[in-house]
Amino acid sequence: MKAALTALRAIVIREALRFVRQRSRFVAALVRPLVWLVVFAAGFRAALGLSITPPYQTYITYEIYIVPGLCGMILLFNGMQSSLSLVYDREMGSMRLLLTSPLPRWWLLICRLLASTAISILQVYTFLIVAALYGIDFPVIGYLSALPALIVAGVMLGALGLALSSTIKQLENFAGVMNFVIFPMFFLSSALYPLWKMAESSVLLRDICAANPFTHAVELIRFALYGEFNAPALGWTLLAGAVFIALALWGYDPARGMKRQKG
Amino acid sequence: MTGLYVQNLSYAYGTKQALQDVTFGVEPGQFCALLGPNGAGKSTLFSLLTRLFTTSQGRIEVAGHDMTKHPRAALARMGVVFQQPTLDLDLTVQRNLTYFAALHGLSGRDAEARITAALERLNMAERAAERARDLNGGHRRRLEIARCLIHDPAVLLLDEPTVGLDAAARRAITDHVHDLSRDDGLTVLWATHLTDEISQEDQVVILHQGKVLKDAPCHEITQGAGLQDVFLTLTGAPA
Repeated sequence: MKAALTALRAIVIREALRFVRQRSRFVAALVRPLVWLVVFAAGFRAALGLSITPPYQTYITYEIYIVPGLCGMILLFNGMQSSLSLVYDREMGSMRLLLTSPLPRWWLLICRLLASTAISILQVYTFLIVAALYGIDFPVIGYLSALPALIVAGVMLGALGLALSSTIKQLENFAGVMNFVIFPMFFLSSALYPLWKMAESSVLLRDICAANPFTHAVELIRFALYGEFNAPALGWTLLAGAVFIALALWGYDPARGMKRQKG
Repeated sequence: MTGLYVQNLSYAYGTKQALQDVTFGVEPGQFCALLGPNGAGKSTLFSLLTRLFTTSQGRIEVAGHDMTKHPRAALARMGVVFQQPTLDLDLTVQRNLTYFAALHGLSGRDAEARITAALERLNMAERAAERARDLNGGHRRRLEIARCLIHDPAVLLLDEPTVGLDAAARRAITDHVHDLSRDDGLTVLWATHLTDEISQEDQVVILHQGKVLKDAPCHEITQGAGLQDVFLTLTGAPA
């Protein structure tokens, strides 16, 4: 047990050090949602009318609507980026070092997952602070109750990245997957527009959005930011997370073979 | 038994048979060179020995632990230097080693003491605070060897550890690892295709097209001839 926690601590510290080192990654992770918030949301404010739907109790501006979605975006991008680094690690060999540790492999992968989630959550809070300075703030309790929601959503999205990374052998293939996973997941969700708004243009699109686990992650965060609990969103996010974790563990099962290229 | 034993090990990538009924053993304190041309199956064998993947055909025993039944006990007794560099170049030497120690459940003073001892063993104590990136190729390799000794393994696996190094660094590292087997009783499996890294007393396993061609002490294989010539004849003829 102590050995497992020692490893967890070391893996989190390593991830944190790597992240601090890559300042451009931190800035990019912060600039991306801020551009959406400041530029995209400002443009859309006039075009998009939002009715009063839970958790909102009054009319809100589009900027306020979009913030939970952008928190989700940070988790999504980071979850994928972290698995990108896994693919890179694997090419570089340090994944081998990790996987030949005498700790259970599932635990080592969970450690990586928790480490990358911790880094993502740091970025989300940095974004929320900047958003607050920009004038978009939430109830104080919301900042606290968002934490468990961010952890659940972060682990789910990180597990998706982990599952994808186990099937990808080369760095180049990953860019394609990023495009086919990140963009559809983000745009076909409630991050940018509420589902009822989507239904006005296409019921099918609304249904796709409603089935997207990312939608539920965003709704979980949205409600939590107001100190409210969204049980269905939590249920769906947990379920998707469990499926992705199972896929990732299957993907990294040594009986399947980690790399099948060289003789 | 505390050495390394491989019995009837086979592995296929789809229809391509990479290893076929591979059997050999390395006794404790023995330096065994795994010699084979590119594509002979060395990397596959290393991946199976380090449990990066597994096979149902055959058996691997490390320091008395069966790799299939007790993989974690087997991995805990094994030190590995991979062909690919596995250092975190932007971290210091010390941090790289602390990270590795933690992956083996070692922390605090115990880890510190082991790290210091491992660095001293490889004459690298004064470099603990340097960034791995600032080390030259030879020192990086030496650091990886120091690292794989931290958890007191009984068996060392090194996969072409001298690739890309100059002659002096190659010699230094080859000598170091020979000393580890002779003086400290470590079982060493050293994969290479460079015959000048092998001394006459070493055990040599020649792997070719996934099969063991020879498994004997170097002097028995060469019978006075050069190992390079014998190796080329053996691996060249059936190809």
